Amino acid sequence: MLASFLFCASQSMQIFYPLIQHFRFLAIGAFLLVALGCSQPSNVEKALEEKILHFGLGAEPQHLDPHLSTSVAAHNILSALLEGLVSEDPKSLKPLPGMAKSWEISEDAKTYTFTLRQNGRWSNGDPVTAHDFAYSFRRILNPNLGSQYASMLYPLKNASSYHQGHKAWEEAEVGVAVLDDFTLQLTLENPVPYFLQLLNHYSWFPVHRPTIEKHGAYEKIGTAWTKPQNFVGNGPFLLSGHQINSVIEVKKNDAYWDADAVQLKGIRFYPIEATFTEERAYRSGFLHLTQSVSADRIDFLKEKYPNDLHFEPYLGTYFYRFNLKAPPFDDQRVRQAFCLAVDRERLVDKVLKGGQLPATSFTPPGTGGFSPTPRFRYDPDSAKKLLQSYLQEKGLDRLPPIELTYNTSEGHKKVAEALHGMWKDTLGVEIRLLNMEWKVFLSSVAKGEFTLARAGWIGDYVDPHTFLHMWRSGEGLNMTGWTNNLYDDALQRAEMAGSEEERWANFQTCEELLAEEVPILPLYFYVHLTLRHPTVKGWHPTLLDHHPYKYVYLEKEDSP
Amino acid sequence: MRKLIISRVLQAVPTLWVIATLTFFMTRYAPGGPFDSERAIPEEIKIKLQSHFGLDRPLFDQYLLYLKNLLQGDLGPSFKYPEWEVSELIATAFPVSLTLGLLSLLIALMVGIPAGMIAALRKNSWVDYLPMSLSMAGICLPTFVLGPLLIYALSTQLGMFPPLGWYGPADWVLPSLTLGLFYAAYIARLTRAGMLETLQQDYVRTARAKGAKSWRILTKHAARGGLLPVVTFLGPAFAGLITGSFVIESIFFIPGLGKFFVTAAFNRDYTMVLGTVLFYASLIILLNLLVDLLQAWLDPKARQEK
Repeated sequence: MLASFLFCASQSMQIFYPLIQHFRFLAIGAFLLVALGCSQPSNVEKALEEKILHFGLGAEPQHLDPHLSTSVAAHNILSALLEGLVSEDPKSLKPLPGMAKSWEISEDAKTYTFTLRQNGRWSNGDPVTAHDFAYSFRRILNPNLGSQYASMLYPLKNASSYHQGHKAWEEAEVGVAVLDDFTLQLTLENPVPYFLQLLNHYSWFPVHRPTIEKHGAYEKIGTAWTKPQNFVGNGPFLLSGHQINSVIEVKKNDAYWDADAVQLKGIRFYPIEATFTEERAYRSGFLHLTQSVSADRIDFLKEKYPNDLHFEPYLGTYFYRFNLKAPPFDDQRVRQAFCLAVDRERLVDKVLKGGQLPATSFTPPGTGGFSPTPRFRYDPDSAKKLLQSYLQEKGLDRLPPIELTYNTSEGHKKVAEALHGMWKDTLGVEIRLLNMEWKVFLSSVAKGEFTLARAGWIGDYVDPHTFLHMWRSGEGLNMTGWTNNLYDDALQRAEMAGSEEERWANFQTCEELLAEEVPILPLYFYVHLTLRHPTVKGWHPTLLDHHPYKYVYLEKEDSP
Repeated sequence: MRKLIISRVLQAVPTLWVIATLTFFMTRYAPGGPFDSERAIPEEIKIKLQSHFGLDRPLFDQYLLYLKNLLQGDLGPSFKYPEWEVSELIATAFPVSLTLGLLSLLIALMVGIPAGMIAALRKNSWVDYLPMSLSMAGICLPTFVLGPLLIYALSTQLGMFPPLGWYGPADWVLPSLTLGLFYAAYIARLTRAGMLETLQQDYVRTARAKGAKSWRILTKHAARGGLLPVVTFLGPAFAGLITGSFVIESIFFIPGLGKFFVTAAFNRDYTMVLGTVLFYASLIILLNLLVDLLQAWLDPKARQEK
């Protein structure tokens, strides 16, 4: 191959040289380029006619199996392909009828009886029945499947004991009962006020039993059932193509019960990871919307694309973990001092500049109607005093240098540098910034090999519980070494509470304990930054960044 | 010639074995694992996942099993994308990288060799200075600068080509041009250097004395010798080109092999790391052999020595 190239190259020299002499070569080259690349309408221009949404997905989803998926990218695809018992309102995310046309909740709020619609169909024409849901719940809870999100089903009675392998399905009496083909009864361990909302998480989505069994996927990871030629779904769209790292295509599913309401004819998802590339794709009309926007580009985009750039609230908190198992953070005063020395307003306004909100609590305010009292504040004087009292007690002049660990990223570095400055100015502490590759970082934090480490948490459902359950003693996500019985009790009381008032009161106690003992240092609440073309309609900002596609349509910019 | 081929193939087997072994153990001793994520997985689930992928067995058993499967041509499923086999992912991504690599190489040769030859022929004139300055700029200008510049000029401003993607021939132009021009710069300089040396040779002077035109001297007499440095450079460069470039793939959103090389390591996707490394190693071995054969063809002295 090489030889022939070289031969061609040297032979063609004889033709090229006279051409170069007369500069005709350039003319021919230019002609070829123009012939190949005549100006074509962009995706966005064509979309009004074709009704295809071009969607920046951010990353290639690891799985397209709802019971194995773990990512936002997977949610974005799966919510097009599958539908759970309920669906959600495009603005408020309040539960609306989905595969179940109605439901009844018992007086003790522990039993939910769903009546499924008779016209629910899988994309191959099979009816969607209560058996499908029961089968799906059993599959994700099956310990042999190794689902990472099975704990989302733990509100179901006895689900955890089956999933953790203590009991077989027959003995476990998991709270799932099929009363008839179209009636499904779910029994909960405790009342869960956000239960219906939870059903919109993909871990609760149904799978088509014959397809799963055909590919032996009941308890096996990585079978071919999720390939476009095999996938059978019950959602508004069908999987029609999947080229890894290139595009995932879905087209309208005519078998969907509410197909008449679906206005898009299809969606193309592009897993573009590089934010600059995604932005370029957007600006050249390749995408209708981007997954993210680089913080460095905000000023430019604000000026050039004021109608396209959106800052939307997002249910997430950026924070640091202290390691309580080693000095100096085993002492509460040092943690408090570090916490009080952080000026969050300045961090948000001068460093991040992306519309983030300073975190004065761990749970973002307004989560499911819960507004924690602002407790994490900026008070450099108290910070100094607290540190002084610690140093005196230990007979130290100053703290030894402290290592701040974060995973390699420009954004995390910026925050770390800003905090380094604040701590140095206020407390005179030397901070060593230590960046690590992602997996090394994760394993160091999980093993407790850190002093102070970056972290972030995005809620799975709109309820304070999704944030506050992390700090229960012994919880895998805790990783700070902090344990507090009062906290555990308050959390449990909130979980069992009969009234909203009681729940909120107990969650406030949890927040108060966090602010008092400071195992973590909340810094800011996330915002979702995105570019969205003005022709995309029916798309509303929601806290979980869920956007049910059946309400989305494309329309010319100037129309109302 | 046949001896050379046979001996190279025989050398390839232990080479690949050493590479497979080193890569296997290096990836396993890297901190972190394929199932680590910010959302910590409960221990019992982690154990299930590990047994799914055979990671619960003793490391040496895993290694033997891997070698056994490798001999049968089975690279296993990807850890990161378990719905895909490693061989399937390579088979999807390699044709993309191969197309991009071949087109870039074509551009690199078509631009680089003529530019270098003209520069050598008219040494210290403007046809020497201009392409050589441009090529120096080309070497210094990284592809992540050149790529977006080309996109801005030819796509955003003139709308001639799609800015990104890999869905049809029009998409091939900008990435091939970016990568091709980068390599053309190297090739031009190598060609010029090789040519200048050859043009000093006695046989070239003889040809000139006999009245051969300078163009004829260049193509008929000097080209074979003058292009030797380029050929040596082309072996590894070609392997690099056709196995994908992470940067070009990120800029132009191309589903090539380069991305897997980089992300597989970050993801601790053990099977994918091994798959891509072994694939790359085999390609290098193959291409080096081809280059040796080509050199023997170009240089009679080397042919005799071998």
